[in-house]
Amino acid sequence: MPFNVKCKLVKKEFLKDDICKMTILAPEIAKSAKPGQFLEIRVVDNIEPLLRRPISIYNVDKDKDEVEFIFQIKGNGTELLSKRREGELLDIMGPLGYGTFKFDGYKNIAIIGGGIGIFPLYELSKRAKNAGVNSSIYIGFRNKDLVMLEDEFKKVCDELILTTDDGSYAKKGFAINFLKEDAKQNKPDCIYACGPLPMLKAVQAFAKEENIPCQISLEERMACGIGVCLGCAVKYVGNDNVNYKHVCKNGPVFNATEVEI
Amino acid sequence: MNLEVNLAGMKMKNPITVASGTFGYGREFAEYIDLNKLGGIVTKGTSLKLKDGNKPPRVCETASGMLNAIGLQNPGVEYFMNYDLPWLRKFDTNIIVNACGNSIDEYVELSKILNTLDIDAVELNLSCPNVKAGCMAFGTSYEGVKEVTTQVRKALTSKPLIVKLTPNVTDITQPAKGAEDAGADGVSLINTLLAMKIDIDKQRPVLANNTGGLSGPAIKPVAVRMVYQVAQAVKIPILGLGGIVTGDDVIEFMLAGATAVSIGTGNFIAPDTSIKAIEGVEKYMKKHNIENLSDIIGKVQMN
Ligand SMILES: Cc1cc2nc3c(=O)[nH]c(=O)nc-3n(C[C@H](O)[C@H](O)[C@H](O)COP(=O)(O)OP(=O)(O)OC[C@H]3O[C@@H](n4cnc5c(N)ncnc54)[C@H](O)[C@@H]3O)c2cc1C
Ligand SMILES: Cc1cc2nc3c(=O)[nH]c(=O)nc-3n(C[C@H](O)[C@H](O)[C@H](O)COP(=O)(O)O)c2cc1C
Ligand code: FES
Repeated sequence: MPFNVKCKLVKKEFLKDDICKMTILAPEIAKSAKPGQFLEIRVVDNIEPLLRRPISIYNVDKDKDEVEFIFQIKGNGTELLSKRREGELLDIMGPLGYGTFKFDGYKNIAIIGGGIGIFPLYELSKRAKNAGVNSSIYIGFRNKDLVMLEDEFKKVCDELILTTDDGSYAKKGFAINFLKEDAKQNKPDCIYACGPLPMLKAVQAFAKEENIPCQISLEERMACGIGVCLGCAVKYVGNDNVNYKHVCKNGPVFNATEVEI
Repeated sequence: MNLEVNLAGMKMKNPITVASGTFGYGREFAEYIDLNKLGGIVTKGTSLKLKDGNKPPRVCETASGMLNAIGLQNPGVEYFMNYDLPWLRKFDTNIIVNACGNSIDEYVELSKILNTLDIDAVELNLSCPNVKAGCMAFGTSYEGVKEVTTQVRKALTSKPLIVKLTPNVTDITQPAKGAEDAGADGVSLINTLLAMKIDIDKQRPVLANNTGGLSGPAIKPVAVRMVYQVAQAVKIPILGLGGIVTGDDVIEFMLAGATAVSIGTGNFIAPDTSIKAIEGVEKYMKKHNIENLSDIIGKVQMN
């Protein structure tokens, strides 16, 4: 059940010059949020910019009624959002999306993320860990300067494999290649992915080849965020009798075999 | 205070409806607002058969507005009547079905079905800019609108018929007169303005369809002007829309000549935009000592 609520911004911090983390007080959202879900945030209480910005839930603290999200400052909307002050009220819709990360029944999973695509994977990793699921997390960045959240992710998995494309920090190469290598020895029950499109495509292809269940989180331009405008279409190739599904409602997480990206 | 209006024979508890394509068939919004408070719900554009719609990206934001090229994706009228209509009927509000097609035959077939359903009115969409055949092709001239409307009118004998007009014309009064002369009970305007946005890094249009329809507050002044012009040209009532967000916007459209209004893109700003607009209208009525809201329809005094 989604809500439209005014949430107090309790904490704001910058992980990098252009990466902002916000903690909001949102009891309704904290209680019902599932891993992979997102928020539609009105960056300012104005009609300009007109549309809300979709941002994934990073972490949920049910005891404190708090929800955290992390975003990169990309354009005008995220810039304005990053300037909001602690104590202010943010107009937020959420938790949104009926397609969420699911790990019921799996004992051994692999989680892979690239760049700013790692944010929605944290809550999944945390819950899987708490449920006693064995997990390996592969996260890749372009270079050392972009590396973030290493300690946080380390705490919520059994093994963290961190890579940089240029080798300036940790392992050199693409995260997907390390995942492929490990999967040969120890085939995961399911792969979870979020990140840039080329990475998602590679993961999707690999999972198909090896016949491993795979859940991927997608992005598409949105207007409503709740499934009414039919803007955020993704080509659907699964068994339901439709050619398009919608990221905001049917996703953002899809079975990799059901979408064409 | 009385907010009631009568649009084309349809009694409405207030003049505020939600616009086609921005509210689905109501289910998603029912999680946020009380649909019983609305004067009416205009459904997503519905065709005879299921439609897939266009390739993504289908939407993008612009200054105080947005572009869309959805391509009229919808599940078809049969699905609507079996699945959505019974659910919608549980609410005490008017249900207006936005009807679209690719040919006169399709419009007529669809109208025959709609004629038998428990709905309050039909809004005939002759104005979608995002599909190649149909829709806007008929909607831009006096003759085109008159021709389709005449045929539809013959099939749609038991429901009010409201013809939705495109603003992508030189003289909006021409298609409006075409609708009136063919026996329409009302007209609604405006649909979106044909537009384009270019991604300057990729040096290509943002929308996969290249062009799309502009909506939102950016188009409101154009819509107000057109509602005023049409109000001078025809006698049938007007359902006004284009960029409405607040109660003040609603009043502006009514002064220009609209009997009722629809809120479209405004629903994306916040799910309760329509409810807030009703409250805004009440505030205006109090401030100006207006007992009957319908008294202000068309009451703008020109300079
Ligand atoms: C389901 C989902 C979850 C997301 N989660 C996160 C997250 O956790 N952290 C994060 O940093 N970013 C996330 N994004 C991307 C984020 O929404 C965009 O970076 C943001 O909307 C850019 O807004 P802007 O005004 O700064 O940029 P501008 O480029 O000025 O935005 C212009 C318009 O394009 C839209 N837009 C631009 N880029 C994207 C994009 N990648 N996806 C969808 N719409 C876009 C904007 O919403 C806006 O309407 C997510 C996107 C989606 C769809
Ligand atoms: C995402 C989207 C989908 C739309 N779909 C339809 C449609 O199916 N049929 C129709 O007649 N108009 C459709 N419209 C047009 C709106 O009903 C309305 O005429 C237009 O957006 C102007 O009003 P607004 O500025 O309040 O949005 C759509 C508009 C948007 C933004
Ligand atoms: S953003 Fe409107 S349907 Fe997904």
